[in-house]
Amino acid sequence: MNLASVVEKLNLRVACGQGGLERPVRGGYAGDLLSDVLANSSEGDLWITRQNHQNIVAVSSLKDHAGILLVQGKEPEADTLEKAVKEGIPILVTELTTFEIAGRLHRLLHGPS
Amino acid sequence: MSLICEASFPVRGGDFKDAGKVAVQIKATLKKLGIDPEILRRAAIAAYESEVNIISYARLGKIHLQVDPDRILMNVEDEGPGIEDIELAMRPGYSTASDLIRELGFGAGMGLVNIKHCADEFEITSMVDQGTKLRILIHVPDG
Amino acid sequence: MTLFEVMDILNARLLVGRKLLNTEVKTAFSADLLSDVLAYARPGSVLLTGLTNPQVVRTASVLDIAAIILVRGKIPPAETLRLAEELGVPMMATHYILFESSGRLYSRGMVGCIQKVGNDEIMAL
Repeated sequence: MNLASVVEKLNLRVACGQGGLERPVRGGYAGDLLSDVLANSSEGDLWITRQNHQNIVAVSSLKDHAGILLVQGKEPEADTLEKAVKEGIPILVTELTTFEIAGRLHRLLHGPS
Repeated sequence: MSLICEASFPVRGGDFKDAGKVAVQIKATLKKLGIDPEILRRAAIAAYESEVNIISYARLGKIHLQVDPDRILMNVEDEGPGIEDIELAMRPGYSTASDLIRELGFGAGMGLVNIKHCADEFEITSMVDQGTKLRILIHVPDG
Repeated sequence: MTLFEVMDILNARLLVGRKLLNTEVKTAFSADLLSDVLAYARPGSVLLTGLTNPQVVRTASVLDIAAIILVRGKIPPAETLRLAEELGVPMMATHYILFESSGRLYSRGMVGCIQKVGNDEIMAL
């Protein structure tokens, strides 16, 4: 499943990175502690977080995430957007909470259990 | 208007280990007084965020709790660097937190904003190199 | 579902709160930022987090969180466990990551829910 599909099925808003939506989404990772995300997330993950400062772009880029998904309607800061555009990292936004969107993405990726 | 309860809780700057201790005590105090759970929650959150701010940035401070039949008043004072630009500090997401603070799970820049949202009346004053004062008032209906 | 069922769904190890396993829980909040937990978590919810410091326990206590679920296989320090016992906050640990843990509970009917500070409105989000 690619990012475009996830965006459509989960009703996500695209803050930037329209050109990167064909990237495959291999999994999901939820977390707000950068050190933890750096240590434990995987390539192809869609990273779900509330952190919106510019450091998230470097982390996402380093880990080759599919993209960043900001929750509870949090918009990326101006610096963050600029950096993300430069690095080609898609940033998406949802009104839902981490728990709820993780639940829906998990179901999308793994099917109902 | 008779005072039901008055107590002062000291907070030591840099004392991350005990962060939240005062908030837990304040909550217990208010619970014993039979305060409505919703009001209790707001007071406890405001106390918690105030406490973490003192610990994160000041040398020392205190939270003074005053409970009247129709209101809860918390006066928070600290001695420390103070806040240079209060408007900036009140902006959601703006943070001057150190890495230590962030790794603890704080430092998202929502502290003062959360306190303001908990309060019915909120005042903040600060003097650079002296410290910061908060006045947090929560109405207790049918008090 | 009860806390016992939560434990089962997440293959979790119970750390604190043996006597409270029959507590009913319907809502959950997942976060690593305590400011968010303070601002949004609804009393009676379970809190899924990777934070293991004592502040998480105090936050949970202040908000009447039903239980703390530590994710990512984290083991809390003794101090955190002691505090959880003292304040009566149930705590369990799962090796699943936050994403997986949220997904599993969600698929069994747990709902994401917030209650914003200063606002009595509860929203399913």
